[in-house]
Amino acid sequence: MITQFLQRYFRRSALLLVARRPWSSSSQSSLPPFHTRLLLYLTQRFYDVEMLLSWRSKLKRRGVQKKNAYYSYTERFYGSNLATAYFILNLKGGFRYAGQPDWFRADRKGRFSWDFMNHKDTPIEDVDMSYTVFNYTGLNNLEGQQSLRTLSLRGCPEVDDWFLARLHMFQDSLEELDISHCPRITTGGLAALRNLKGLKRLDMSSLPRISTPGLVIILLEEMLPQCKITATGYDHSLREEGGEEEQKNHLQGQR
Amino acid sequence: MSTWRRLRASLRAAEGLIRSRRQAPIPGHETWCRSLSTGGSLRNDFFKDLEAQLSAMRKKARDALPGSSWSPLELNPNLPPERADIVVVGGGVMGWSVAYWLKQKERIPGGLKVVVVEKDPMYSQASTVLSAGGIRQQFSLPENIHLSLASADFMRNINEHLDVLNEEPVDLQFNQSGYLFLASEKVAHIMEENYSTQRQAGAKVSLLSPAQLKDRFPWINTDDVALASYGLENEGWFDPWTLLNAFRRKAMSMGVIQCCGEVTDFKYTVNVMTNLAGDHVDFRRIKSVRVQMPNSLEYQPVECAIVVNAAGAFSGKVAGMLGIGSGPKDSLAGIALPVEPRKRFIYVVHCPDGPGLDTPFLIDYSGVYFRREGLGGNYIAGASPEEAEEPDVSNLEVDHQFFEEKIWPSMAHRVPAFEKLKVTSAWAGFYDYNTFDQNGIIGMHPLINNMYFATGFSGHGLQHSPAVGRAVAELILDGNFKTLDLSRLGFGRILAQEPMMERNIV
Ligand SMILES: Cc1cc2nc3c(=O)[nH]c(=O)nc-3n(C[C@H](O)[C@H](O)[C@H](O)COP(=O)(O)OP(=O)(O)OC[C@H]3O[C@@H](n4cnc5c(N)ncnc54)[C@H](O)[C@@H]3O)c2cc1C
Repeated sequence: MITQFLQRYFRRSALLLVARRPWSSSSQSSLPPFHTRLLLYLTQRFYDVEMLLSWRSKLKRRGVQKKNAYYSYTERFYGSNLATAYFILNLKGGFRYAGQPDWFRADRKGRFSWDFMNHKDTPIEDVDMSYTVFNYTGLNNLEGQQSLRTLSLRGCPEVDDWFLARLHMFQDSLEELDISHCPRITTGGLAALRNLKGLKRLDMSSLPRISTPGLVIILLEEMLPQCKITATGYDHSLREEGGEEEQKNHLQGQR
Repeated sequence: MSTWRRLRASLRAAEGLIRSRRQAPIPGHETWCRSLSTGGSLRNDFFKDLEAQLSAMRKKARDALPGSSWSPLELNPNLPPERADIVVVGGGVMGWSVAYWLKQKERIPGGLKVVVVEKDPMYSQASTVLSAGGIRQQFSLPENIHLSLASADFMRNINEHLDVLNEEPVDLQFNQSGYLFLASEKVAHIMEENYSTQRQAGAKVSLLSPAQLKDRFPWINTDDVALASYGLENEGWFDPWTLLNAFRRKAMSMGVIQCCGEVTDFKYTVNVMTNLAGDHVDFRRIKSVRVQMPNSLEYQPVECAIVVNAAGAFSGKVAGMLGIGSGPKDSLAGIALPVEPRKRFIYVVHCPDGPGLDTPFLIDYSGVYFRREGLGGNYIAGASPEEAEEPDVSNLEVDHQFFEEKIWPSMAHRVPAFEKLKVTSAWAGFYDYNTFDQNGIIGMHPLINNMYFATGFSGHGLQHSPAVGRAVAELILDGNFKTLDLSRLGFGRILAQEPMMERNIV
């Protein structure tokens, strides 16, 4: 918009200048006057601004994509468990090996201890990726973890419906899933949880893009009868039907 | 000095051209004048007029230069340009996808002039908006599976492809639900073969025994089911209108010209050659496309280098305008583009006790399909009629008898809860039905060396549109397929009479 606007003005002022030339004695110089150059410069600048904006988002995307790249090299040399562990720590997440009490985590600056290298053959059981840029592509690095039991994706900005649809790779093992506060998840993605038949706990609190949370929660409970669903942070009072009011009490009782 | 003389001369000419001397003042414009002129308001006015006249004159001069589309007659402003590089016939999802990919792949920004001609901007009859909106990976031809995988990948990253700066991101309303195919004893072996093809191509599909099926979907009657295949990923349904609009919005932001009008004829040159057997073969080359404006007798020929035929169900008709299919019976020119409209009905039913959030896009071996529509106990269902009972295609009226007789019994048999459904509405749409082998036709016609087809998808064109658009753009700009080899889906198979059938279980 702005570019067009400026271009129009640029053209107009250029015309004015042509018209003015005969009267003014000072503009005989070969260089166009200062403000023409300024406008020209600005027009180009604004194209640049537009370009810069799209470049910035592209760069950001590329950065996320790079962080989520497949650690094939690590996997080849150290095996899939260590590759997964290394990936998780690099993304500033945390995990726990099966049969071990301690969690491995990266600190706030992304530093971590290399002790995790001592457990080449131990599968990973619990993974906490909350508030990381973990995305669909990054799931490649978790594909080998067939005994993954819990996965927390709380507040992950890159987790979307396609990500949820891909979780079927853990369908035999996953018991706990936390997808609360994920800004991109919609009802269409929740339908994909049907494949996680072993799920025992699901936290789906505060998903901003669920439009009819009451109904969705009921349908989810119906779809995953073994699963205890936590869903806070929704304004249930907006619902009209009385029948659902009961459901709400029922839900709160469960919580 | 000579500039000034020229200017004065043209000023005199401009006086005659422009009658209305004073135009509505533009606020910003006035400030500009003031800041530029040193004289009083009188001179200011003079500059204003001069500037308005000059700009009008310049525009005329620019228009009158050779190579512009200006003409001295008063013209309909919606007319397409006189010249374009590529004309896409049909502004459905295929047409806009092709246009988008052409722009995406052009080497110099603005280097390609692409025009999309659509006869019905309301899309009241376009298959795209009347479709069921499903995408599946469960095909038997590797080409189709790869097309689906590529398209799913596109949809997953749709905002990297189709976002427009300062506009809302695209939300396809994609519903991640699998397709569930049910096979009887008789066709179970086909399902197994398809399954292994799909797995090989990288699709995530699983086979279910009747017991597993019952376990996962207790509401299905599995009595006569021998095997089921169920998609785990990259399957579901979405809003076709959003996809169409997203393609259109992006393509137009990249400079594609949209034009409302119907393509009624082509001008072409004929080159007669003699083949080895001594027969004459006519090679044609399109020179211009005649675009008829809506509700008027006005038309505009658009000179162009390449035409893309994406007219969906009516692409056979468009090809016919070039004489494809009207040559002698046993010659190449005698083989028509085998695409014709076939009417298909979709019924919206309401059933409060029907299956819930995990309802798949179910395709029964009887041919009946249904899926969930929203969350409120609504479903849409349909089926393809027998070849002998094809409905009349002169209109889009719905045959409600068809639901009562052919669809409901099968539905209620499969899902007993559907005994108590109510039909709430229905619509009909045209399949771009390929009578030869029900698969897409992508690529050039051997006798017309500048028309490309992207048509004939017969019920899976919507889901393949992102990948097909890319393939056609590759054909046009790179000369051959780069990412997916779709050469087996070309027109050649029709000439060679080698159908590429899907091995269906229905
Ligand atoms: C009931 C039904 C259900 C379907 N379900 C699915 C599904 O679940 N999944 C799926 O992938 N596909 C489905 N399809 C198929 C899918 O809709 C089509 O394959 C696809 O939309 C074809 O797109 P198109 O752009 O080629 O055609 P269209 O959308 O029909 O667009 C062609 C356009 O060309 C215009 N046109 C025609 N002739 C001319 C001319 N001479 N001049 C100018 N403009 C012209 C028309 O006005 C039209 O807008 C379904 C189709 C139907 C009918």
